[in-house]
Amino acid sequence: MSKILILAEHDGDTLNPGTAKAVSCAQAITAHGGGDVDILVLGDGIDGVAAQASALQGVNAVLATNAPHLAAPLAANHGPELAAAADGYSHVLAPSSTYGKDVLPHAAALMGVNALSDIMAVDGERAFKRPVYAGNAIVDVSVPEGAVIAGTTRSASWSAAGEGGSGAVQDRAAACEAAAHTRYVGLEGAGGDRPDLQTAPVVVSGGRALGSAENFDLIYGLADKLGAAVGASRAAVDAGYVPNDMQVGQTGKIISPELYLAFGISGAIQHLTGIKDAGTIVAVNKDADAPIFEVADIGLVGDLFTVIPEFEQQLS
Amino acid sequence: MKILVGIKRAVDYNVRVRVKSDGSGVETDGVKMSVNPFDEIALEEALRLKEAGKADEVIVVSIGPGDVQQQLRTGLAMGADRAIQVEAGDTLQPLTVAQVFKALAEREGAGIVFLGKQAIDDDSNQVGQMTAALWGRPQATFASKVSLNGETATVTREVDAGLETIEIDLPAVITSDLRLNEPRFVKLPDIMKAKRKPLDVIALDELGGVVGVAPEAGHHAPPEPRGRGIMVDDTAALVAELKNRGLV
Ligand SMILES: Cc1cc2nc3c(=O)[nH]c(=O)nc-3n(C[C@H](O)[C@H](O)[C@H](O)COP(=O)(O)OP(=O)(O)OC[C@H]3O[C@@H](n4cnc5c(N)ncnc54)[C@H](O)[C@@H]3O)c2cc1C
Ligand SMILES: Nc1ncnc2c1ncn2[C@@H]1O[C@H](COP(=O)(O)O)[C@@H](O)[C@H]1O
Repeated sequence: MSKILILAEHDGDTLNPGTAKAVSCAQAITAHGGGDVDILVLGDGIDGVAAQASALQGVNAVLATNAPHLAAPLAANHGPELAAAADGYSHVLAPSSTYGKDVLPHAAALMGVNALSDIMAVDGERAFKRPVYAGNAIVDVSVPEGAVIAGTTRSASWSAAGEGGSGAVQDRAAACEAAAHTRYVGLEGAGGDRPDLQTAPVVVSGGRALGSAENFDLIYGLADKLGAAVGASRAAVDAGYVPNDMQVGQTGKIISPELYLAFGISGAIQHLTGIKDAGTIVAVNKDADAPIFEVADIGLVGDLFTVIPEFEQQLS
Repeated sequence: MKILVGIKRAVDYNVRVRVKSDGSGVETDGVKMSVNPFDEIALEEALRLKEAGKADEVIVVSIGPGDVQQQLRTGLAMGADRAIQVEAGDTLQPLTVAQVFKALAEREGAGIVFLGKQAIDDDSNQVGQMTAALWGRPQATFASKVSLNGETATVTREVDAGLETIEIDLPAVITSDLRLNEPRFVKLPDIMKAKRKPLDVIALDELGGVVGVAPEAGHHAPPEPRGRGIMVDDTAALVAELKNRGLV
């Protein structure tokens, strides 16, 4: 029997879809011997988020902890709070987003347990699969009896749990004091009205070949036509064409859209790690030997500066 | 102020990693090993802080068998003042590594423990967070900008939603993201000089030994292959194919 606690991710108003995906992973664990799945929401003024969490199918209870020092997603405050709330649970999970990766290992260390990153499959209550070496190997890991299992769930590997649940929302008082040594200053979000890169069904990405921030408008234009989110390779981010939150890959976002279109991206292993779970990969590159063609479902050798305008024309 | 920098020996990022045919792990025989790329960035940042007069000593630390001395020498050649090898096996869990960094930070009185955000072999992304938790000090992970202002540091972090800024009191743990800087190249005379810099070897037990129940790694498998698809001749054929598959 498992008793699973999931750390919810949210922006104060809306539950991040990574949470619903972590619930699916938790259900794959309880499928092996039963158990309960609870969600912990940390923040300040998070009743709306708690309600969204309780509506997820398969959730037993939502523990809502409101406190001013939990408003910002600081690991210095959220880590100890998660560790305190985890008492009595067999498993503690968080989505493997930058937030989950920041907080979960912190909590695990306070609990004196090791952690598993990026759980992609469940083979038993204590047996999992996770990627290593940028996804070039998938390893079976099992955690011996006697230790709480702490881990992050690889969002691209799990579908979101459905809605229609009715978990009970319980107020849980904060157990830890504010950490004075860490202060939140602010977030500079790229924002925008485009679909979210991590959940959009269609993603259009550009690489170094775009050559400038201005030329990247070509990618935005096509994305808008397709109602798609926009991604980029590390080279495009490093060169300053686009902000960091658009990077796809081993050290950026791991995504699983139904359709991924890559323009002027060579297909380095670190980039491919981020797109392996896409339904269909389309690659346009002027080099016929570009490694991206080894994984593309549909490839076109051509110059993106002519292909994109033609593409838009053909669409309308 | 002293800065400790974690240096992990890892398969070079350009190598196409292959799973051994018996599934016992990945092929490392005859494979090029390097300093984990994020650790090079962490070291570069530490060296720049020293060059700017904000740190006095940069100490590179690697935990593992004798081979890791090669990567420590690379760190010394880049400009670190001295090195510490913590003698241990090569399959340590992040919690044990974090325990070592905490113990060394206390022993050395470090102002910053600078680590990579992730090791590109196990891809764990845990040691920095765990070190901060065990040490009871701030953590600034995924740093793309660090500025020191006396007893505090302002750190810009690359997060999913954009760029987050936090302010932390020192001592603290900072982990590097890719865009923090571009590491310098090592020059031949520096490699010669590095041979004379001090490299101490400490036993793992001296710093606390192995902690936590280790997850057992079993079978390794290559990922599901994603086969090569079709090539089309022009944009019209591409759009037709996408329409055909109901994708646009
Ligand atoms: C530790 C580490 C982590 C990394 N993490 C990531 C990551 O998360 N994500 C990531 O993307 N990278 C990552 N990288 C970087 C990665 O190794 C590559 O350097 C990067 O992906 C290359 O980006 P690119 O394909 O845009 O550029 P390039 O490799 O320079 O490719 C540009 C491509 O554009 C093509 N081209 C040029 N002009 C045109 C044109 N007019 N029309 C069509 N095609 C054209 C070229 O043929 C070429 O194939 C990482 C590297 C390291 C070391
Ligand atoms: N064996 C090791 N020796 C030295 N530093 C390490 C070791 N393992 C991990 N680190 C440091 O911790 C960072 C994160 O590693 P990980 O949590 O394993 O992904 C690395 O980038 C290194 O800076």
